[in-house]
Amino acid sequence: MTAIATSVLALAGCASTPAATTAPKTSVSGSIVVDAAASLTGIFDEIATDFKKSHPGVTITFNYGGSSALATSIVSGAPVDLFASASPATMKTVTDANLAKGTPTTFVSNTLEIAVPAGNPGKITGLADFADASKKIAICAPEVPCGAAAVAVFAATGIKDKPDTLVPDVKTALTQVSLDEVDAALVYHTDVLAAGSKVQGIAFPEAQKAINNYLIAPISSSKNLALAAAFETFILGKDGTAVLKRAGFTIIG
Amino acid sequence: MADLRERRGSGIPGILWIPAGIALAFLVLPLVALIGQVPWAQLGQIIATSDIGQSLGLSLGCGIAATAVSLVLGVPLAWVLARSSDWHPAIRRTLRALVIVPLVLPPVVGGVALLLLLGRHGLIGQFLNSWFNIQLPFTTPAVIISEAFVAMPFLVLAVEGALRAADRRLEDAAETLGASRWMIFRRVTLPLVAPGVVAGAVLCFARALGEFGATITFAGNFPGVTRTMPIAAYLALETSPPAAYVISLVLLVVSVGVLFALRDRWVSGLSS
Repeated sequence: MTAIATSVLALAGCASTPAATTAPKTSVSGSIVVDAAASLTGIFDEIATDFKKSHPGVTITFNYGGSSALATSIVSGAPVDLFASASPATMKTVTDANLAKGTPTTFVSNTLEIAVPAGNPGKITGLADFADASKKIAICAPEVPCGAAAVAVFAATGIKDKPDTLVPDVKTALTQVSLDEVDAALVYHTDVLAAGSKVQGIAFPEAQKAINNYLIAPISSSKNLALAAAFETFILGKDGTAVLKRAGFTIIG
Repeated sequence: MADLRERRGSGIPGILWIPAGIALAFLVLPLVALIGQVPWAQLGQIIATSDIGQSLGLSLGCGIAATAVSLVLGVPLAWVLARSSDWHPAIRRTLRALVIVPLVLPPVVGGVALLLLLGRHGLIGQFLNSWFNIQLPFTTPAVIISEAFVAMPFLVLAVEGALRAADRRLEDAAETLGASRWMIFRRVTLPLVAPGVVAGAVLCFARALGEFGATITFAGNFPGVTRTMPIAAYLALETSPPAAYVISLVLLVVSVGVLFALRDRWVSGLSS
């Protein structure tokens, strides 16, 4: 009990320390928590590393997860300063609760891609193979953004998909692909790039019918809106967009 | 005996009431908060429109099957562990640690481990696939395997504890009367440790019902095949939290009901 109390005090002390005195060039200081869609994992860390070069002394903590779960936690009062969601619908959860500061910015988009194990052992050629019951197929559950996009693509193309499993997030799908337990999964282009050599991607023309937009907004209940806004501006600036582009995102605006 | 107990009252030192009360509140209040969020007005409608019934049936069926598997395999393992006092301590400790591994392993990692063992390219799975054309991932048996993997240690630990506390002289007496080893196990040892077996089975069943991580990774999620209640609740939370609260409530009520029913039946059956 004492140990917990001490560490809480230490944390509180950290947060209130005026770091600005050691960073004369900038007006922002302190720390923020950024909730970001799971597909931004690692990418925002890289942007934050660049950001800290010009803003020494600031602390940015990331919490990556499914956008809907993150939005739910923000509405439930999680202390978050900046939120990047993988779909307009999940950002709407936050704006409906009047928790977004200003209008959220649509900053990047992501395109669906077929992920297959290295070497494509299931001999997948296109989206039509998702209707083949003899192939092992993983698709995101319709409740999560990647699944909503999959539903949109199948509805637009009239392909009757026959999945073996409806995964709760992209990472589960990629685990099953990389272990060659499924022949194909429908994920995003950036996920395929991030998955490494055990997964390869097959682009398909129908993906244009379900492009996924990402939105970002500071959270109005933030105690450090200055830093949240500064980091958001940096993400949307040339340094941030360069990192996002390299990860496979399409830059908007 | 009864008089003595009555005179002593509960025999609980006053100071223990405070932490005991905090512990109970700590365990129960989150459930109270959850139940407070249940949309009672829409309860019937949510249950009717969602496929809760299907998920519940699957959850109960797989939970009972996983408990049965754990009983058949876990009780003998507990017996071996409890009676391994003649073995080298290092072997004994290693064995006991290995039994606990599934408890320590994050369930999702456990699911990946099961894929690596039993998947179509797994250590054993590749032979199941090429020799018998059996592919376990994404099937209902895979749900039972995932649940048994994470839940069996609870049963093994409970039964082993009961076996070690049991009076072995009763077994010795049976032996001098000419009973075979199997008969001693069945007629003396097992009835002696029955409360431990029931407690272990209850823990095991409860853990199996709540299993999520290993199941979704190894068995996947498909309505009617592998979508158990915890997975249904998790997905409902994404789009419609009230439905998730209802699913949790149904799972809670049914599992508590099943546990009470089984316990009453078993325990009364034993004492009569």
